[in-house]
Amino acid sequence: MKQVQFSMSRWMQGSGPDSEIAISSRVRLARNIRGYTFPCLAADSETEAVKNKISSIVAGIDDFSDFNYWSMDTLTELEKRALVEKHLVSPFLAAESKHGSLLLRNDEAVSIMANEEDHLRIQAILPGLQLEEAWREASRYDDLLENKLEFAFDDHYGYLTACPTNIGTGLRASVMLHLPALVFTRQINRLPGALSQVGLAVRGLYGEGTEIIGNLVQVSNQVTLGQSEEEIISNLFSIIRQVIEQEQGARQMLLDKQRAKLADKAWRAFGLLKYAQLISSQEAIQLLSDLRMGYDLGLIKGVSRQLLNELLVLIRPACLQLLAGRELNESERDIERPLQIKKALERRHNQESAGKI
Amino acid sequence: MLCEECRQNEATIHIIKQSDGKQAELNLCEQCARKKEELEVSFEPQFSLHKLFASMLNQSIRDSRRAQQAVDTQCPSCGLTFSQFSQIGRLGCSDCFKAFEEQLKPLLRRIHAGCTHPGKVPQKIRGRVKAVREIDQLKEDLKVKISNEEFEEAVVLRDRIKALEEDIRLVQTDGGEKN
Repeated sequence: MKQVQFSMSRWMQGSGPDSEIAISSRVRLARNIRGYTFPCLAADSETEAVKNKISSIVAGIDDFSDFNYWSMDTLTELEKRALVEKHLVSPFLAAESKHGSLLLRNDEAVSIMANEEDHLRIQAILPGLQLEEAWREASRYDDLLENKLEFAFDDHYGYLTACPTNIGTGLRASVMLHLPALVFTRQINRLPGALSQVGLAVRGLYGEGTEIIGNLVQVSNQVTLGQSEEEIISNLFSIIRQVIEQEQGARQMLLDKQRAKLADKAWRAFGLLKYAQLISSQEAIQLLSDLRMGYDLGLIKGVSRQLLNELLVLIRPACLQLLAGRELNESERDIERPLQIKKALERRHNQESAGKI
Repeated sequence: MLCEECRQNEATIHIIKQSDGKQAELNLCEQCARKKEELEVSFEPQFSLHKLFASMLNQSIRDSRRAQQAVDTQCPSCGLTFSQFSQIGRLGCSDCFKAFEEQLKPLLRRIHAGCTHPGKVPQKIRGRVKAVREIDQLKEDLKVKISNEEFEEAVVLRDRIKALEEDIRLVQTDGGEKN
């Protein structure tokens, strides 16, 4: 069986539309198999039967030949947590599922989870703002599985799910946005209220205070019933486009007025990432945000969007330990983190000198 | 999802707090989030979406005049009772929806954009669901025609509904399409 490694996921490539602000787009579909109790209430034998059913069906479909399969109980805690940090499996599947399994496409853009909160969770995650493309990817695998399985579907309510917040389409779409200029100009404070008016939710990564760490925000749909998949996706898309335009406007304004300050911030971040000896994950996320903004505005060279995405993931606790090849406590991680950051920066430098980029 | 603070408004702000490598989530409405920000209260860890959802449901049960009846309902397939569902916030099987439909409907109206799914349908049952959706639409139209006293048009609609219902019945008894 293949080992979970720190490999590059497709969403980290840094390509795709609006990738200077939209880091990744994700769509997941919740599906259940008719005739089987939902995982949270099912007996052990039943969740095992569901897992085996799915793996045997998939083994017979050619379209799944570029997937790797793992039974979650064969993975170490570290491997499971690293998959969560890379956004390839849900925290629930990693920590709580009974007889959970994962099918992961080679490019890591499609994951199919068994015995999550629902029997099946089909996820597609792509770089940049590509919601429609992610929906098409997820739907394609939904079609393939639906040919061989009978999904729980009600003529009126649509796809039936364990939690009523997912019923109907079973679709949750989200985009990870990097919004340093909206945070800096405090316009971000208006965002949650405005988005909630149109049925969207905002999630930010917060630290000790109320400040958003790394200026990263995830926007997703709340409603899954009463709108078609296309409506949900296009609503989310058009709102995200507006947020992106606001961020672009704020960036331009900052660039006009505070160019030297922004450049300084980016170069300082670069310096710390290169030379600091102890870096906490929270500090690293903030520094990477400053560096990313400088890169996006053309104030700094020597990095790439792909490298920035790779760094954003490899500094997380489990990925860091996988790269180091051993378990590390928190203070050991703060020592290891700058070492791994340096290695990644050197790799990039070497590739550049070799003319590969 | 309702705000964990006031339990009045929809929670639209989801705060993920990270400390010592652990994550905790807090779900608030805009007003309460603002208050939190002003007070700089430190958030408690261990929030569970399902417990939240369950507490929101409990609230709506308490509000309901049908409270007694609601608690007593049981799903015939998996045995989950409605009171158990309101504890765990998750349904047990695909038949739970029919068993708890009365209690779930007001909740679904509150958290979603409607009570019917207009989107994707599994290929195998596309024909039937298309007919069901058409019947629903025709029934709405029929109500309008009747209230406008346009009885001739109403009869045409009624016959169309009957024909479609007959089609669905035939398909089901033929076994050509299974639910």
